[in-house]
Amino acid sequence: MEQKLHVSSSPHFKGNNSTRRIMLDVIIALCPAAIAACVIFGLRSLVLIAICVATCVLLEYVSRKIMKRDATIGDLSAVVTGLLLALNLPVDINPLIAMFGCLIAIVVVKQMFGGIGMNFVNPALAARIVLLVSFPSAMMHWAPALGAPAAAAIDATTSATPLVAEAGTYSYIDLLLGRCGGSIGEVCAVVLILGGIYLVIRKVISPIIPCVYLATAALMSLIVGLDPLYQLLSGGVLLGAIFMATDYTTSPVTKWGKVIFAVGCGFFTIMLRQFSNMPEGVSFSILLMNILVPLIERATVPRTLGYIKKKKGEQK
Amino acid sequence: MAELSFPKRPYRTKGGVHAPHNKNTAHKESVVLPVPALVALPMTQHIGAPCKPMVKVGDTVDVGQQIAGSDAFVSAPIHASVSGKVKKIDKITMPDGSKVDAIFIESDGEQRLSPDIKPPQVDSLSDLITAVRDSGLVGLGGAGFPTAVKLNIPSDKHVDTLIINVAECEPYITSDHREILENSWDVISGIITVKEFLNIHRVIIGIENNKPDAIKALREIADSSVDPEDEIRVLPIKATYPQGAEKILIKACTGREVPVGGLPSDAGCLVMNVGSIAFIARYLKTGIPLISRRLTVDGGCIENPVNVIVPIGTPIKEVIDFVGGYKEQPYKLIMGGPMMGISLPNDELYVLKQNNAILALSEKEAKFNEPSACIRCGKCLDACPMRLQPLELANAANRGDIDGLKLYNAMNCMECGCCSFTCPAKRHLVQNIRVGKALLQKAKREAVAASKGGKK
Ligand code: SF4
Ligand code: SF4
Repeated sequence: MEQKLHVSSSPHFKGNNSTRRIMLDVIIALCPAAIAACVIFGLRSLVLIAICVATCVLLEYVSRKIMKRDATIGDLSAVVTGLLLALNLPVDINPLIAMFGCLIAIVVVKQMFGGIGMNFVNPALAARIVLLVSFPSAMMHWAPALGAPAAAAIDATTSATPLVAEAGTYSYIDLLLGRCGGSIGEVCAVVLILGGIYLVIRKVISPIIPCVYLATAALMSLIVGLDPLYQLLSGGVLLGAIFMATDYTTSPVTKWGKVIFAVGCGFFTIMLRQFSNMPEGVSFSILLMNILVPLIERATVPRTLGYIKKKKGEQK
Repeated sequence: MAELSFPKRPYRTKGGVHAPHNKNTAHKESVVLPVPALVALPMTQHIGAPCKPMVKVGDTVDVGQQIAGSDAFVSAPIHASVSGKVKKIDKITMPDGSKVDAIFIESDGEQRLSPDIKPPQVDSLSDLITAVRDSGLVGLGGAGFPTAVKLNIPSDKHVDTLIINVAECEPYITSDHREILENSWDVISGIITVKEFLNIHRVIIGIENNKPDAIKALREIADSSVDPEDEIRVLPIKATYPQGAEKILIKACTGREVPVGGLPSDAGCLVMNVGSIAFIARYLKTGIPLISRRLTVDGGCIENPVNVIVPIGTPIKEVIDFVGGYKEQPYKLIMGGPMMGISLPNDELYVLKQNNAILALSEKEAKFNEPSACIRCGKCLDACPMRLQPLELANAANRGDIDGLKLYNAMNCMECGCCSFTCPAKRHLVQNIRVGKALLQKAKREAVAASKGGKK
């Protein structure tokens, strides 16, 4: 035998999934939402998405370079972050503000904590919140959506989001199809659900988080006297439950951890919507639960096969 | 004692992965290797105490003659697999890198059977255990645990179920499958012997459902008059890796869980590999000890994949040449299966008793990307059949965090490889966990040393 053999620890077979493949699946799942955004708010949405994605990838590349770490843009996670952030913005936001959001997401939240897998809050979500706090009026200026009911218009350039609009302004159909005010990716419920189904079929996400999140939010709505279906279809609940709360890095890896996490998200979403003066509870509730993830994981270590709880004094 | 029932379908087991089966050799008749010119028999071909040579350089030995043994309880004697002269006794490197003494025998090509060989007289359980010990049998499925020790069930344990392991869940390997097709009567008569002496009334043959011909063959015999009480049944189980891991197989066949740190007997089960059980039947008939075995030679670089019956101690190179040699330069050479086997530094090693396969994998099959950062996708948790948290274990091991390793039950990891297999970031989880387990054992030894006089 001429050449040397490769020697390593078992296993010598590996599956063919990769980080890149997973991120690609997330991008594919977000495509319907991106297309819907273009239809509903015009091609400006596409420009916004392009700006965010390009900025995120560039920032990821530059910051890795400066920190002298190996390049990671190939894993496509920066593309996902850019896409998610864009979908969480109003269509006529100043591009500079959007780029500032990218800086927060990629540099401050992600890379300063060590890059993919190390951040403890969801980068796109954290960026959205920073922008919301820093530029409240720009972040809550909602351009009219294609086919939105006339009653929703506040003036020629603004319309109300379903959460602040008077009851009866929007029908369920309006919400399903995205005929309402809101950030470009959150308005159209149908495409988000479609993306979620794709992710579950591809086994990229487990259905636990979205389902439990939505179920809890519906239950809480009932309890506090809101219309559950309306609550689920409006605002960022679907986008949050399907794409933000399921972020690997910032959600628990254990099964019961996922349940607890999602219950918390659903609970706080409705509580914030009902009892705070912020109209939107999704971002804050997910962020809050992100921070609790290490605690939740500690509390939900799965029972290993053959593990029997030892009673005191039963030691052999 | 409550009446034991047979499960209609296997119990649910968690985790596991769908590794490619690649059972290319399942339908090929096994071939017999011509007697090699030289064999090397290392003194440790089993778990337990190493043997001591009982022959000197220059001695003439016959096939089946015992050439090494040990008085230790956990050990298995070694027999000459060819007739000829002891050429040297020298250190060789084992697949795991350790160096042990080995007896080299130059074959005279006669394959003269030792005159001492005669079928053992077995009238009681202790006779059976002695006979099995004398036969040199170890678990032929890969682990190499001396079978006599397994049969010697401590009196405080009650074993009511014999499970025959035919899962053969590792990709490529078909040596057990061929054993059934070629020697199904030996399998059943071995089962009957063991179950009678151990007074076991429930025998479950756990076999992956990707071997319909073997299932049929076994069923035909098990349903015939050799088993009048219908105490032997075949249970097809799902064909995912690692259904053949002892603890997982016990769960699938009986629904019982082996306690952490416990043995199958703690769950009332005795698990035996199908090759081992068939060997017992043959040994009782002929008295010829374990001197040859069937192994699968396969992999992308092998010209003619097939099962070969080889004398123990044959040089691996010779086995590979016999099946047509390499068709391309292998990237990895593996002793055992691709999920748990050991990768060899070269082909100048020798076939061991517990060696069920030799695989020459191509670069395309066995090369992966460099590991990247963990994305916390949780896929390793879902894949772990022991329901552990591989990522936490690996992290704790990398930190050297003993408490973390304990908290996440590192010792319950059986190194099956499912977590590494499934990890999208291609992290070396098993490797890290192995380091972690070694750390834990070291810490334990130190703790014992520190509290001298305390109980062990
Ligand atoms: S499978 Fe790999 S990337 Fe996913 S959580 Fe486990 S170690 Fe991390
Ligand atoms: S942690 Fe151990 S038992 Fe679990 S999948 Fe990994 S190697 Fe197998």
